[in-house]
Amino acid sequence: MKIKAGVAILAFFTLMAIAGPLLIGADPAATSNDGLQGPSSAHWLGTTQTGQDILVQIVYGARVSMGVGVLSAVIATLLAVAVGLVGGYFGGAIDETFSVLTNIFLVLPSLPLIIVLAGYLPQRGVASVAVVIAVTGWAWGARVLRAQTLSVRRRDFVEAARASGERPLRIIFFEILPVLLPVIATSFLATVVGAILAEAGLSFLGLADLSTVSWGSMLYFAQNGQALLIGAWWWFIPPGLCIALIGTGLALVNFGIDEIANPRLRTIKVRKARA
Amino acid sequence: MSDFVLEGRDLTKHFTAARGGRWGRRPPVRAVDDVSLGLRAGTVTALVGESGCGKSTVARLLAQVYPATSGEVLLHGEPVKAHRGAAFRAYRRQVQLIFQDPFASLNPFHRVRYHLARPLRIHGHVRSDADEQEQVAELLERVSLTPVEQFMDKMPHELSGGQRQRVAIARALAVQPVALIADEPVSMLDVSIRLGVLRLLEKLADESGLALLYITHDIASARYFAQDITVMYAGRLIESGEAEALTQSPAHPYTRLLLESAPDPDRVTAPETVRLGEPPSLIDPPSGCRFHPRCPLVMPVCSERVPERTSLGEGRWTHCWAAAHPS
Ligand SMILES: Nc1ncnc2c1ncn2[C@@H]1O[C@H](COP(=O)(O)OP(=O)(O)OP(=O)(O)O)[C@@H](O)[C@H]1O
Ligand code: SF4
Ligand SMILES: [Mg+2]
Repeated sequence: MKIKAGVAILAFFTLMAIAGPLLIGADPAATSNDGLQGPSSAHWLGTTQTGQDILVQIVYGARVSMGVGVLSAVIATLLAVAVGLVGGYFGGAIDETFSVLTNIFLVLPSLPLIIVLAGYLPQRGVASVAVVIAVTGWAWGARVLRAQTLSVRRRDFVEAARASGERPLRIIFFEILPVLLPVIATSFLATVVGAILAEAGLSFLGLADLSTVSWGSMLYFAQNGQALLIGAWWWFIPPGLCIALIGTGLALVNFGIDEIANPRLRTIKVRKARA
Repeated sequence: MSDFVLEGRDLTKHFTAARGGRWGRRPPVRAVDDVSLGLRAGTVTALVGESGCGKSTVARLLAQVYPATSGEVLLHGEPVKAHRGAAFRAYRRQVQLIFQDPFASLNPFHRVRYHLARPLRIHGHVRSDADEQEQVAELLERVSLTPVEQFMDKMPHELSGGQRQRVAIARALAVQPVALIADEPVSMLDVSIRLGVLRLLEKLADESGLALLYITHDIASARYFAQDITVMYAGRLIESGEAEALTQSPAHPYTRLLLESAPDPDRVTAPETVRLGEPPSLIDPPSGCRFHPRCPLVMPVCSERVPERTSLGEGRWTHCWAAAHPS
């Protein structure tokens, strides 16, 4: 149930991000003379100070926000898997080096670090923002995966694979990785949320590329236009709500994965079904 | 000189706890002391002993999972040290292991076919996909998992414990080893299917000239199944010999105790209740003969000196002062 609701929310936003702009076709940056209008039949979600359509911006913004979220989560997850699994499996000096690295990135406060790194970016395109967010966000996943690897590598089937003559990298990626897929998926989704929030934060602070429309940059302009003071709720509520909804959807899916992956919860279900 | 395929000589393994105890260093666990054991081609050798006496440690030493504290492992009479890297993988081609728990030894994410195809590929026994298919089928047939097409694409969770253990055996065979170490291969299985799996191992050892080490705590199954039996107690070997002779006339008091407490289908009267007592601590094992606190025949010398090996003829021997100086 939870997972279905979560998947429905995510599917909705994914569809919006992929197909929405094609359907709407309008330019999200196009201004008009209908500035600061509330929701109406012409502009379903109202307009900004400069008369831009909020709905069009939300739809285009979904593409940027989710794109940054997914791209940086992919990069962060690849980093986390490489560092966590390889370090955890080999142990010794490799593991120690990787652990020190992980811990450094864990203790560094990530938003300030993102801000500093973003300040040095030659150009603040979507991709480079995603990379910056990924670089600061992989460590938590690496730590979780290392701990999991330490326990999985002691399992009999790993020893059996070694006994068959499998090489270490093959064992890591073909024996251990599949078992950890639920954990990796969970950490991936959590990173997507984190990255969407980080992107919004960066844009809100005006540190990302403000010429591209994202939910974060919408919030930035709403803040600049003092939307809150003048009561233009339609300006800041939609992007804020979208971010919150995506977070909720991902959390719901994560609970669902937990239920599927956690054998204890599963057996309880099976028993119930049998009874 | 010896016709042993795989041999351990004076193997000793002391585990030191990684973390210090109250006074810094913890005393070592003397899991295995001076164990010598040889496996012959086409022969089943049993290593018998109660839980915690060091059987699995001997298996892991022979399999080179970790190095011995002292002593050596010989393969075809050549000393080997192959604990890691390419040497370890080369050793794996000769010596294979079967684990105790078939529910843990197969990767839950891979099909039966994958489990069998990998060792074939790794050790270069297949040339093509068609070849692989054929050999996987042949392996399944050898372990009587038929119809093979049906089993090939099953996931481990779709199999029973006995079927999983057969897959594990097939995987070990896929490597085409000369020696196979089976560490309590049936103790996790249903009593009703144990015999089938043991018969299979016996057949395989016989057919392909495998040297098989059968590790068990059940001396009755060893008697039925093995040609030679070696009995272990608290990290030391205490008696060894041809299975039938050893079980008919055990020389060591502990072997006698084991036999008396073992369920024996041939015995009509119920066994008198024998109290085996607690196995001794391996951190601070009893001095001299480690069995002396529980031995009915104990003599003063027993707690002072470790009994030497006493040969009893026909390849039989024991470590017991009572056998060394029969009164
Ligand atoms: N890696 C290890 N570190 C420390 N102690 C160990 C280690 N492995 C085994 N031991 C100890 O060595 C002794 C022998 O263990 P082993 O597993 O060889 O016994 P076993 O005869 O196989 O027992 P079982 O019948 O329960 O499998 C035990 O006291 C055990 O606690
Ligand atoms: S050596 Fe002594 S204590 Fe040990 S088994 Fe023989 S008689 Fe008993
Ligand atoms: Mg054991």
